[in-house]
Amino acid sequence: MHNSVRRVFVGVALSLSLQTPLISLVQAAPNEQFVPLATYRVGPYASSGIPWWAGTLDYLRYINEVEGGINGVKIAWQECETEWSTDRIVECYERYKNGKDGAPVAFFLTHSTPASYALMEKGAADKIPLIDPAGGRTESSDGRVFPYAFPLLLTYYGQASVGINYIAQREGGFDKLKGKKIVTVYHDSSYGRETQAAIELLANKYGFENIQIPVAHPGNEQSVQWRQVRQLQPDWVFLRTWGVSTPVAIKTAARFGFPVDRIIGDVWAGSEADVIPAGPAAKGYQALAPFPGGDSFEIHQRLREHILNKGKSDLKDLSYFGKVYYNIGLVNAAIVVEALRAGQAHFGHRPLNGEEGRWAFEHLNVDEQRLKQIGFSGLLQPLQVTCADHEGGGAARVQQWDGEKWVLVSDWIQADRETLQPLIEAKSAAYAQEKGITPRHCQAER
Amino acid sequence: MTFFLETLIGGLLAGTMYSLVALGFVLIYKASGVFNFAQGAMLLFAALTFVSLQEQGLPFALALILTVVVMALGAILIERTVLRPLVNRSQITLFMATLGLSFVIEGLAQGLMGAQVRALDLGIEDVPLFWGDVMVSQFDLVAAATAALVVTVLALLFNRTRIGVSLRAVADDTRAALSIGINLNRIWQIVWAVAGILGLVAGLLWGARQGVQFSLSLVVLKALPVLIIGGFTSIGGAIVGGLIVGAAENLAEVYIGPYIGGGITPWFAYVLAIVFLYIRPAGLFGEPAIERV
Repeated sequence: MHNSVRRVFVGVALSLSLQTPLISLVQAAPNEQFVPLATYRVGPYASSGIPWWAGTLDYLRYINEVEGGINGVKIAWQECETEWSTDRIVECYERYKNGKDGAPVAFFLTHSTPASYALMEKGAADKIPLIDPAGGRTESSDGRVFPYAFPLLLTYYGQASVGINYIAQREGGFDKLKGKKIVTVYHDSSYGRETQAAIELLANKYGFENIQIPVAHPGNEQSVQWRQVRQLQPDWVFLRTWGVSTPVAIKTAARFGFPVDRIIGDVWAGSEADVIPAGPAAKGYQALAPFPGGDSFEIHQRLREHILNKGKSDLKDLSYFGKVYYNIGLVNAAIVVEALRAGQAHFGHRPLNGEEGRWAFEHLNVDEQRLKQIGFSGLLQPLQVTCADHEGGGAARVQQWDGEKWVLVSDWIQADRETLQPLIEAKSAAYAQEKGITPRHCQAER
Repeated sequence: MTFFLETLIGGLLAGTMYSLVALGFVLIYKASGVFNFAQGAMLLFAALTFVSLQEQGLPFALALILTVVVMALGAILIERTVLRPLVNRSQITLFMATLGLSFVIEGLAQGLMGAQVRALDLGIEDVPLFWGDVMVSQFDLVAAATAALVVTVLALLFNRTRIGVSLRAVADDTRAALSIGINLNRIWQIVWAVAGILGLVAGLLWGARQGVQFSLSLVVLKALPVLIIGGFTSIGGAIVGGLIVGAAENLAEVYIGPYIGGGITPWFAYVLAIVFLYIRPAGLFGEPAIERV
């Protein structure tokens, strides 16, 4: 090979190797439950991935080391570094869908709406439940058509509905929404567009004016969008951005004189990474929080005692303990652990496979009492998943940035699921027809 | 009319932010004929270094000086380890080397300084100013003034200094420049150091607006159509190209966007660039390549 070409290849290979962190590996044995983790600790989304996975791993370690596993069944995991890239997440799924060293896989955490879309048919064919809390394809909450997809906690339609419900609360009732102007500034992607049908439905129901303004990826320059907002003079802005487009939106809104306390961010526009770069402009900004920030919930005391203080945390920078992304990882881990418990109660105290995993998630029932027992009261909403309802919760709290930390300003606000359900069922029926799927009869499966 | 004027002026001012990024590309291309794919990574590295030094408690000026030193040392390292071994190789080889370099720099930046998002406060208030009924951004005005200052300094560097003349000689004909005793390695070190400092200036302004984070390296996507329109070899072209892209994409988003679903700013700039490629392949101010056959 020509010297220069060889040098270039060596350079690229070296660069790629520098981007690949040492992956952690816990050796799986047959009496262990294997959990593949499509992590992203490097690349554009590492700032959210690092605390997110730390939350997940800290909780799994807590379960293994303090509680001795789930009914004695230890959890073994393997990370795949994906840089939050859909193709790599799919590759990770393919590599580990059959488990590892004899330990079976009961579910796959996609942690990505695009990946949930990409894996939808594979998951159903392989009988591996795809878990994507507060993400995924909205209509896949209809478990009759999507038996192996679980957009748990709060679908995108639910997020839109909770946002509108909170605005109604602030305005003094749903009747006060009539004639109001609500602008949705959204990331122009499938994620950003996902709520449009729901908001249109709610606008027709409550009589507010619905205006949608797209922000193209990555959204690092938004003066044109906020100039339009300034011209429209809306009563509220629902901000459905992601990544860098959130702090830029908050700063640009301030530059155009739009009051920050009239902006409601959605779930994925409500972390510290979204507000810290915006500086003082973000003070007063509110966001939906199915995963609230804060480190004073009961589970944090337990983790501090058994994991952090013993130097076992995955966090390199402990100041991220209790931040929104850490808590997302924590909540997700708690959900899957509780689902495995539900499955083991039915199938016996042993590792579960994908089909058993689906049964486990469809019988997940975490009430207030259970939340208290596991230390998640106030951090996780009560959750009851069924064969037909793969969302299970449908609520979020609202938190407000005080300039230094998130402060919860509401209790759990329930989405208007009754209004949204016909829309969800119409979309899932269209999917079933397109793919030739015969919906399950959930009553008959009981 | 006020809205149109506001959109136009806002677009022009936003365009100067794109120009600042494009200038780093122009400088290296002008001096070495290399399209430096690593410019975005250098911008990220510079801004991350600056905020990391500030986090250690260093005052603004000292952090700035130390970052300049780091970027200069980085330039020497790049010249020694990447460029010198590849001297006189084809442009595509050098381009591929900068491609690899961008991954190395991004990986090193995150590895050494962390991946978390940082706030950057330059003390410039991002508040609206009113010229009559027309609203402009104070921050954008500062960015425009910075771009004007950078262009003036670069013009003086290229036209009034011995180093500038050497840079132009290397750009015109590397072998001829070598034959008359110009130290190519030194010139490349200087050019990459200056490009790194330009990356720092652009990184600070963009970082103050969006926070210092990995996606800062993506702002180079805004610079590519600017380069195609203005020309890869013209400093003035980078400014004019930036103004055209900024104004056109803002006006297009408002007046054309609603008819085709909106969110058109990123690709509209490239449509414009392709149109310019048809009309002026070397860009408005670029030097057309003439080869003897």
